[in-house]
Amino acid sequence: MRFLKPDKTSTTKCRLRLRAVWGCRLLTIAICLTPLALSGQENTPQTRSKQDDLDKLVYKAEQERIRIVQSTLKSAISIFGPGGNGGGSGVVISADGYAITNFHVTQPCGTHMKCSMPNGKLYDAVIVGVDPTGDVALIKLFSEEPLPFAKLADSNEVEVGQWCFAVGNPFLLATDFQPTVTYGLVSGVHRYQYPSGTLLEYTDCIQVDASINPGNSGGPLYNMKGELIGINGRGSFEKRGRVNVGVGYAISINQVKNFLDYLKSGRIVDHATLGAQVFSDADGQVVVNNILSTSDAYRRGLRYGDEIVFFADRPIHHANDFKNVLGIYPKGWRVPLTFRREGVLNTIQVRLAGVHRPAELLNAVEKGAPAQRPPGQKKLPKNHKVVSNPKEYEQKKGYANYYFNELHRKRVWDRFVKVTDWKKTEANWQLKFTDQNSSTVELGLNENQVGGLFPLGPELLDLSKDLDQQLVPLGSGGLLVAAHLWKHLLQEGPEKFGELYYLGAMPLPTMQNKQEVFVAVHDVVECRFYFDSETGLLSLLELYPDEMTDPCEIYFTNYQVQEGMKVPVHWRVIWSDFEFSNMQLKELKITK
Amino acid sequence: MKDLMTNIMNLTWLLLVLLGCTTFSNSGIAHQRYPADGSFTKVVQKIQPKIIKIYGAGGFRGLESYQSGFLISNEGHILTSWSYVLDSDIVLAVLDDGKKYPATLVGMDPQYEIAILKIDVTELPFFDLSQTLESEVGMKVLAFSNLYGIAVGNEASSVLHGYICAKTKLTVRQGSRKINYDGEVLVLDAMSNNPGAAGGALVSGSGDLLGILGKELKNDLTGTWINYAIPIAELEGVVGDILSGNERVARAETIKPKQAMSTQFLGIVTLPNILSKTPPFVDHVLDKSPAKEGGLMADDLILFVNKRRITSCDDLDEELSFIDQEDIVTLLVQRGEKLMTLDLEIE
Repeated sequence: MRFLKPDKTSTTKCRLRLRAVWGCRLLTIAICLTPLALSGQENTPQTRSKQDDLDKLVYKAEQERIRIVQSTLKSAISIFGPGGNGGGSGVVISADGYAITNFHVTQPCGTHMKCSMPNGKLYDAVIVGVDPTGDVALIKLFSEEPLPFAKLADSNEVEVGQWCFAVGNPFLLATDFQPTVTYGLVSGVHRYQYPSGTLLEYTDCIQVDASINPGNSGGPLYNMKGELIGINGRGSFEKRGRVNVGVGYAISINQVKNFLDYLKSGRIVDHATLGAQVFSDADGQVVVNNILSTSDAYRRGLRYGDEIVFFADRPIHHANDFKNVLGIYPKGWRVPLTFRREGVLNTIQVRLAGVHRPAELLNAVEKGAPAQRPPGQKKLPKNHKVVSNPKEYEQKKGYANYYFNELHRKRVWDRFVKVTDWKKTEANWQLKFTDQNSSTVELGLNENQVGGLFPLGPELLDLSKDLDQQLVPLGSGGLLVAAHLWKHLLQEGPEKFGELYYLGAMPLPTMQNKQEVFVAVHDVVECRFYFDSETGLLSLLELYPDEMTDPCEIYFTNYQVQEGMKVPVHWRVIWSDFEFSNMQLKELKITK
Repeated sequence: MKDLMTNIMNLTWLLLVLLGCTTFSNSGIAHQRYPADGSFTKVVQKIQPKIIKIYGAGGFRGLESYQSGFLISNEGHILTSWSYVLDSDIVLAVLDDGKKYPATLVGMDPQYEIAILKIDVTELPFFDLSQTLESEVGMKVLAFSNLYGIAVGNEASSVLHGYICAKTKLTVRQGSRKINYDGEVLVLDAMSNNPGAAGGALVSGSGDLLGILGKELKNDLTGTWINYAIPIAELEGVVGDILSGNERVARAETIKPKQAMSTQFLGIVTLPNILSKTPPFVDHVLDKSPAKEGGLMADDLILFVNKRRITSCDDLDEELSFIDQEDIVTLLVQRGEKLMTLDLEIE
């Protein structure tokens, strides 16, 4: 049975027409590329020379495209698991060898993998951090020389109808280390793809008709400026077998950017939830139809029936818009949310909670999705040069690679200590402040005794009892405990503080620079220390007595030298959106 | 003073208009059609509000409950593909901004496999069918559809690009037709005909309507899928007929013959006619009957009798009563996912 009934005469005609149409198309493209040339051509009598000019223009445009594509190839990697298991693509994003790929590509490879680059070298690489929900993994290639890397675009500027191209290792063809380039149109943006399996969810992704095949997973998607706009990872296949059918999806690079500093921490990172569910009602409004009373959104004032208008500065017209926005943020970020109640708009800053329990994530990493095994060549090429550094891996439960967590924890702390080192200071600290009402606030921080004189009276901590029961003074959320832990970190450092890890870096609504975060548990309370990524100084301390309570926040600014130490002289204490105290340090005494 | 002001204003207007004209003539058609970076963002933005996502019956046994369509009138008429998706009490039409409207069936044509729906909205952007472009082989095309149902909620339809590879006819196998349409089609190199894409719009690079995307079509022998669209020029007549309310096929006879056809003569036993509109499902066919000879089988759903649509057992009886026993009865039936044309004859 045949579907097509070819007819010889029409075929010939077709060819002629095809040529004519191609000519027209090229003409149009060329004219568009050089608008100035148009006026000169209109009155040219010689068709032949017109054709020549055109050929040159087309040639020039083609050369430009070749140049752009070539420039992107250098940073492409093909990933092979040990023994040729699994495999896929990836892209280097910094000269020191960090590369992005899909979680489902690194999953079957385990902790180490081999990556080939078009320069003909095969590099050993190690896992750094994974995001099993968003299907992203950060790996690091061991290289003695700086590596070529991709330039990251702003993927919110990608529009449907723009051209794009994918670079990768479809069907694991890159046994000669040379990647494959496929070209296509952006078919859709801000797509939401429901989770396939348990965790995997593609939100706010880019849909393309450039061929994305098994093996392309983890590889880069570029715009026509040669800037990285996404990480290819998924396709719609269904009944047509595992080959491209005109629909491929890429994780937006903006999502990857949000997670990047978290992934560098060597952790298994989680996505976010608001603790509230929304639906699109008949009037086209997105309304809260379920909210946890224990959620931060609830404490900030969001209630059942409120209409969501903006979320993270993006307009929300549909429940999917909401899911799209939510999906690109890591757990723990603070994002603005605007809602409407009885015609009045309110904007709040919401702390995003995690979607999964740590055990769920761990389970996903240990068992995870089944590996994609594209057909074809699976053997590793011979005679390759291996650059290896097995030191950059350390196993620890709950981490993808604990080595990187320690590395960054040390980096952040060393930088802070370089500015102000409190290790050798004496044990007894006396701090005298004036608050916004010109009242005096005094803190006495000692190893065995922690107390304070506040406008409403004196307070004392009993260090032999649980700290979460001593959140004094009233209305501060635990200022005295926070001050105690501040001193504890400064003097003891992260190693001796207790259980402490590096979370990654994140932006904060009130701060200009990104903040690098330590999460620490002392006694029964959790502390978060925020270090300014530019100055390296401690800029915020948050004290969480438990997950369901607002933290006591102390914002430290205006670092000045007192007692030979660099001290923040401005302390702003906030609890539950209220300013408890705004204090200026007048005197610091450190004695035995 | 007032006159002077008016004069100045008029002059300003004239100048503005002239300026506009100059800009227009300088830019030329080529500029309007393709932007400098060769992208199609402007065209896409212009077309997407005209594309409709259609939701109806299905959602089981691998049958998708969605397809595509596009607006063809200022009164909310939607041209789409005729399929089981429309066999639902509630068919929803969703615009590119996520607004949902219930759609009613205006009419359909089994031969061309198209249907026209209507939603109660006016003043939406639409394709003017009298302003379509003649398609040519080698033309660059964009295919707009809700393939795979990707565009959920207020997401706009998907856009694929490609070229027209051929203008040809699809061969039709007698008896078991996968598609009824036997006219010329545009064969595309884009993977346009995916689940849910049927009824989508095929437009030129400048956004002119060229055709309507066909259904999924697979060659059982080779396992290959073909991507095609029906040229819009082929549909102008039939669309006009449906819109004007004219029945496509008038009944051949207006007077009932003396020796009229009946299910009994043909050997068709339908489901017991107990509802006001019992669907004309075949319960079984009698041995050695014209129905048996003609290939009719149990569970077939009779959709057309001599190209006239029937929706109930009563319709079937009524329609047969106009056919002489000596004439051939052509039935269009649905068997599973397939449509089949069967000729029944009393020997």
